[in-house]
Amino acid sequence: MLYNYYPGCTLSTKAKALDQAARACAAKLGFPLVELPEWQCCGAVYPLAPDAIAERLGAARALISARDKGGVLVTLCSACHHVLKRVNDDLARDEEIRNKVNAYLEVKEPYQGETKVLHFLEVLRDQVGFAKLAQLVTHPLTGRKIGAYYGCMLLRPSKVLAFDDPENPQLLENFLQALGATPVRYGMRNECCTGYMAVTNPGLCKQMVGEILRSARDEEAQALITACPLCRYNLVANAAPEQKVPVYYFTELLAQALGLQTEAAPVQAGGEG
Amino acid sequence: MQKIGVFVCWCGSNIATTVDVAQVVAAVKTIPNVAFAADYKYMCSEGGQELIHKAVQDYQLDRIVVCSCSPRMHEATFRNCAEQVGINPYLVEIANIREQCSWIIKDRAQATAKAIQLAKAAIAKVRFNTPLTPGESKVVKRALVIGGGIAGIQAALDIAEAGYKVDIVERQPAIGGRMAQLDKTFPTLDCSACILTPKMMDAANHPNIKLYTYSEVEAVSGFVGNFEVKIRQKARSVDAKRCTGCGICTEKCPSRKTSSEFELGLKTRGAIYIPFSQALPKVPVIDREHCLKFQTGKCGICSKVCPAECIDYTQQDEIITEHYGAIVAATGFDLLPLDKFGEYGYQDSPDVITSLEFERLTNATGPTEGHLVCPSTGKEPKSVIIVSCVGSRDTSGRGKTYCSKICCMYNAKQAMYIREKYPQIDVTVFYIDVRTPGKAFDEFYRRAVEEFNVHYIKGQVGKVLKDARGGLTVFASDLLSDKHLMLHADMVILATAVKPAAGARKLATMLTASMDNDDFFTEAHPKLRPVESPTAGIFLAGMCQGPKDIPETVSQAGAAAVKVVGLLAKDKLRTNPCVAHCQENICSGCLACEKVCPYGAITAETKTVINLAGVKEQRTVAVVNQTLCQGCGACTVACPAAAMDLKGFSNQEILAEVDALC
Repeated sequence: MLYNYYPGCTLSTKAKALDQAARACAAKLGFPLVELPEWQCCGAVYPLAPDAIAERLGAARALISARDKGGVLVTLCSACHHVLKRVNDDLARDEEIRNKVNAYLEVKEPYQGETKVLHFLEVLRDQVGFAKLAQLVTHPLTGRKIGAYYGCMLLRPSKVLAFDDPENPQLLENFLQALGATPVRYGMRNECCTGYMAVTNPGLCKQMVGEILRSARDEEAQALITACPLCRYNLVANAAPEQKVPVYYFTELLAQALGLQTEAAPVQAGGEG
Repeated sequence: MQKIGVFVCWCGSNIATTVDVAQVVAAVKTIPNVAFAADYKYMCSEGGQELIHKAVQDYQLDRIVVCSCSPRMHEATFRNCAEQVGINPYLVEIANIREQCSWIIKDRAQATAKAIQLAKAAIAKVRFNTPLTPGESKVVKRALVIGGGIAGIQAALDIAEAGYKVDIVERQPAIGGRMAQLDKTFPTLDCSACILTPKMMDAANHPNIKLYTYSEVEAVSGFVGNFEVKIRQKARSVDAKRCTGCGICTEKCPSRKTSSEFELGLKTRGAIYIPFSQALPKVPVIDREHCLKFQTGKCGICSKVCPAECIDYTQQDEIITEHYGAIVAATGFDLLPLDKFGEYGYQDSPDVITSLEFERLTNATGPTEGHLVCPSTGKEPKSVIIVSCVGSRDTSGRGKTYCSKICCMYNAKQAMYIREKYPQIDVTVFYIDVRTPGKAFDEFYRRAVEEFNVHYIKGQVGKVLKDARGGLTVFASDLLSDKHLMLHADMVILATAVKPAAGARKLATMLTASMDNDDFFTEAHPKLRPVESPTAGIFLAGMCQGPKDIPETVSQAGAAAVKVVGLLAKDKLRTNPCVAHCQENICSGCLACEKVCPYGAITAETKTVINLAGVKEQRTVAVVNQTLCQGCGACTVACPAAAMDLKGFSNQEILAEVDALC
């Protein structure tokens, strides 16, 4: 199977740790990622207006390019995952959007949502399998109490993303278990970090981040993992000093457990995303 | 020569607005054998029926086609009408030009054309109709009620009081059902047990009622008037005749870890147990899965302590076969499991409870003897939040789309109950809408708000979190003031959606009774036949048919009982003459028909038959038992040689209809 890879803008700039660890781990785990040539920004925010066609084109180009190459399209960033899956769903289900996008891009063979979009974590769960992953771990994270922070973009809308139960997700906890760590299940793990509202309403962002970290610390999490550069930024930059905990990308811990050294790792605990 | 009369109904404006009835009359008049055709405003009315009678006499009609509403509505009316003037009722055909034509087509020309087509098809069929005579079948004067909750108890009592024998089959060890678990009932706040227990006693002691507790219906065959039912009486491991109900065995049982079904897991029970203190019959039962004697062979304490020597470890399940004229389904409800509703924290905190669990927590016979305490701490809560519509009116696909109907009232009841007994506890109810139609219902809700100061907030709860410092944090929205709320509560009560009791679908399959997508039994007509299943002889009472409260359940049970009594009062029933028969000269004896017959009405027989070549020979053919056959027609489709034919819907009649359409 060909694993077409869509890194997205943040992973090429601020979140290199997420990207580089992922590539190294994927190669080691037997699904080498092949970066799509000439990919463009997914738009970062899914356009809610059904007539916003231009805003869907970046994602559509990636989806079509993956279709033409064959295989699946793997992504890592929660926001890219969210936008790619939702635009793909639009192109599969909404005739008007599909026709306009195909006409604008002058696609030879009209695209109808054929590409299967997978988050890296879904590949780990469904193709590699956590039982197999646990066997491949050489440096288990034994004794480390780590909380998974899902945020919202990985999970919702759950019918379209089909990632995990949005109210009671298990995937990241099972992942941590496979790495030998002790997963810490805490109530706020699937609540929003407020995303870009950190810019427009910093007070609200600080309040939500405060609640998330309080919930995680109450359950004795020593560190958090996330798949999202923006979540990581908010959890680090908008945390009250007394609440700070290290926040890692999940691929960083995966690389560690697999005994891989990557260029950007190890990241300083609590460092800037 | 046949003389067919065609009668086209306007149905007021229902048909006449979109179908040009005069044009239909004109069109059918040109068809050979149609001796008379006319239209009338209401053909089912006295005037319409007189028109038919007169036409039959004036034109010596021998067959009738009525173009009107669905045959489900008025086929019987027009068959009776024909019989009164000496025409066999089975020489009447209905062309449905209302439900299948005028109501679904807007264009007048199109609708008129279709009405003419449907009339033509009915005329083509009626030519081949033959006079049929219904047979008779005996009515067994005994009824079966499945389910021993308030619905089943009430239905059984009403049937028994009318003088008929009735059996109640209840799968739990005791009758009483959900109502026995409740503390108080709205809108009068009287104690549930106080009003239910006397009814349970009446049912247990009535000479016409027989209880089969700890029993389940295993198989149902037969038909209206004569159902044969196999009942599995599960082994109690206790001799019910000798047991005095002293309860010593239940106290001494060393296996104490099983969670009590009746107490909804809020308490444990022994392996030998009586489900609740007022249980009827008051006879314990051994839960063999958790009994040390059954699991390890050791123990046997209950047998040693029993003063009446009635413990019997060798008891076996017993299959009882009984015949009934009518069956009432009263199987009740369960609560929707909350595993898909992680946001409410039901799985994470013992202080998040369902409303039914709350009933047990406030009941004097419950696990806390009626003291309202948080299960996690054993301390009285300072604040309680009630969440409405948990899993009800849900369009996310996780819950049920319907309104569970009873929750708004019991939310008010529970809130008032807390405020009355513990005025220091703060109670808040989150709601989408407050729905309180019913006698003295809205006044009841207003009392909760105005007299008992229960806070009602329009909005839903998004998340309930266990707080490490104790208690619960509740995230919610207040829609009227457009605010996000973050509240602290010590206890959260979830008004959880109701759903039909587990096993309802299995039972419906046995009864060949239809169900909706939510597994509620469907009624024969939503307005006019609300307590009957479309399957003859099957009646419905209580929650198994749809969400309803106790007053409604009792009314419906009474109505179902009247229908049962009406049926049992007859000595004989007319049977449907439209049954299958086998043309033995064509039948090859392959018995494909036997395999598809849902009623077991077809058997193989070796007979002397005259084959198609006119020669006598001995061979196996299919034979239809005309009493068992319900005329479903499955065999006629399965038969590769078209030897199976259905009276009233013969292959020839159906093909004539198709020919007229194509």
